[in-house]
Amino acid sequence: MDILKILTFAFITLFAVMAANFGLDWAYSIHAFIIALCAFYMFIRSVRQVGEPIAVTSTGYQDDVVRAGVIATSFWGLAGFLVGVYIAFQLAFPALNLDLPFTTFGRLRPLHTSAVIFAFGGNALIATSFYIVQRTSGARLWGGNLCWFVFWGYQLFIVLAATGYLLGATQSKEYAEPEWYVDIWLTLVWVAYLAVFLGTLIKRKEPHIYVANWFFLAFIVTVAMLHIVNNLSMPVSIFGSKSVQLFSGVQDALTQWWYGHNAVGFFLTAGFLGMMYYFVPKQANKPVFSYKLSIIHFWSLIFLYIWAGPHHLHYTALPDWAQTLGMVFSIMLWMPSWGGMINGLMTLNGAWDKLRTDPVLKMMVISLAFYGMSTFEGPVMSIKVVNSLSHYTDWTIGHVHSGALGWNGMITFAALYYLTPRLWNRDSLYSLSMVNWHFWLATIGIIFYAASMWVTGIMEGLMWREVDAQGFLVNSFADTVAAKFPMYVVRGTGGLMYLAGAIIMCVNLWLTATGAGERKHTSNTASAVPAE
Amino acid sequence: MSFLKNHKKVERNATLLMVLSLGVVSIGGIVEIAPLFYLENTIEKVEGMRPYTPLELEGRNIYIREGCYTCHSQMIRPLRDEVERYGHYSLAVESVYDHPFQWGSKRTGPDLARVGARYSDEWHVDHLADPRSVVPESIMPTYGFLLNNKLKPEESKALLIANSRVGVPYTEEMIENAEADFKVQVDPDGDWEEMVARYPKAQVRNFDGQDELTEMDALVAYLQMLGTLVDFSTFQPEISR
Repeated sequence: MDILKILTFAFITLFAVMAANFGLDWAYSIHAFIIALCAFYMFIRSVRQVGEPIAVTSTGYQDDVVRAGVIATSFWGLAGFLVGVYIAFQLAFPALNLDLPFTTFGRLRPLHTSAVIFAFGGNALIATSFYIVQRTSGARLWGGNLCWFVFWGYQLFIVLAATGYLLGATQSKEYAEPEWYVDIWLTLVWVAYLAVFLGTLIKRKEPHIYVANWFFLAFIVTVAMLHIVNNLSMPVSIFGSKSVQLFSGVQDALTQWWYGHNAVGFFLTAGFLGMMYYFVPKQANKPVFSYKLSIIHFWSLIFLYIWAGPHHLHYTALPDWAQTLGMVFSIMLWMPSWGGMINGLMTLNGAWDKLRTDPVLKMMVISLAFYGMSTFEGPVMSIKVVNSLSHYTDWTIGHVHSGALGWNGMITFAALYYLTPRLWNRDSLYSLSMVNWHFWLATIGIIFYAASMWVTGIMEGLMWREVDAQGFLVNSFADTVAAKFPMYVVRGTGGLMYLAGAIIMCVNLWLTATGAGERKHTSNTASAVPAE
Repeated sequence: MSFLKNHKKVERNATLLMVLSLGVVSIGGIVEIAPLFYLENTIEKVEGMRPYTPLELEGRNIYIREGCYTCHSQMIRPLRDEVERYGHYSLAVESVYDHPFQWGSKRTGPDLARVGARYSDEWHVDHLADPRSVVPESIMPTYGFLLNNKLKPEESKALLIANSRVGVPYTEEMIENAEADFKVQVDPDGDWEEMVARYPKAQVRNFDGQDELTEMDALVAYLQMLGTLVDFSTFQPEISR
């Protein structure tokens, strides 16, 4: 068995080095080299472990991988926000593109979206789902070290995707930009993730599967389906990163937005609702508001979301019936979305007073508020007449960020604040006032962001369509670009505030994990105590 | 609400929960996407459409590589101001050879679906190398490095083969002549007649004004052909539209 493992890693190293040598483009060669390094490291590790007794640690929860996930989430969060702030300022001050191919907006924008959605959000989902499924099933993670393969395999996916964008390897499908071999790798990692999660559910000691796990399970299987179908492609060469998509034109467009909208619906909504359904009741110390609402909300949400993709293609060459269907389902989607928000908020019944003393709970409530707001704004924007104004403008960008920064960001921060003291066996967070600072910086930052994008989005939409009494267009395109400058600075400032809040969080989490808080407690009697 | 009582069965069986979830999430995509492969107005043929020349295809790859789609759409909606500003609304058939599509989702810059033949080659080269030299308000990055990147025409054959495998009607003749066609499109003194016969309306020029064949040639060749294939003075939309 050991020999087989060592030989496999040796062969992977060898083939990857050969591929790096034969590579037709830089992205491919560098990726092959990264894979060779990883395989070589695993080879050395396997050789050194030969003959050593296998340590048996199959008791208790597998929390090492969750700890690693908390660190990865914080790290990628900072990286993703930083790139976001940078490209926001690039749009105000184009000199920041630095006249280099690697630092243009066109290459950094996919880096930003993938870093925040897949690196920050994805790591948060993997870590919290591993934590939650163990607690709510009363079982250790299934599959032994398979969870470590999921974790490190996912980090490798992130590194390959990110370096690929900078070097120009992209298939240009939004949020699915990584090229064919990175897609294949992610498929393997994702199947392992499903195996670990489902395996743990199957060996659970609780008779019922807790509602949070329904959402995680639906998220994992649906993302697998979306990922595979949307990335069907034909590599140009086995030694190059370039591929061509299987579908073209209108079929490819709808497949892409069926994927793209459900990356929002399942990655950023269903998965994060799983987090919400565990952490909100725990932090509030109250049971979930309604069991029946959970059931209705779950099935209607996952059924309706899939249909909403065509609202990204209103008035395009997509047939009218598909556009209308997309619009109708998007509006219906408002109901299950608010069902989830209500179920979360009403869980605080009888515990609302805690908002005064517990900034972590406050963060959860504001994230639900932003969830409610952006899931109302979304259906409004999916109405065709509204969309004729809002599409192609900054309004869409503002909408996405009130969801991503407000809902996904805030619930993740709250989860990190919840997890860190528990995972590192500390009594409390290092500082609750730092959490408060984070809360207000992030909230005001989002408001700056969303408000400035409403202004630029609606303004440019109106300027584009403005005609004079003779029926001629009033504004050139360049006029609209110039008019947006002040709001682009406001948007960048909002992003900067959000980033500052995240830096404060990372310091706070670091000091909590390293035990600085404990030392503070013994030396200072006026210590921070979370609300009970 | 008896189904709520029966839900016990589902939430006690992980495999059943997974299978039911997968079933529920499959329906929407099947109903919406599958018909697009056989409905008349999504697979209609329109005169003038042809596959990209090898040079245009390389230009399209550069367009994709640089992430132009993050700021430029290629999809004109049938709205008064858009038709006024950009030209005839886009037809499904105009992106039929686009693997993947480049409709885009954001107009930080203007739509490019019909940018072809609107500006001179010199304007495009100046604009790509230093956008603010021709449009002072522009916030586009500079792409002067394209003038220094040499192209490898010998790789275009593999690209055509990959495209033909996913359904683009490249003939054997086109694939055999890919490298020669690639080179001759920037050489007005060469024997380009056969290439233009294979790819009607192909424009033959030294696009970037330099002796070498660079990425700038390919990108400008691509931009200059966008939206020029269908002749809208003779185009008749089908009644079913």
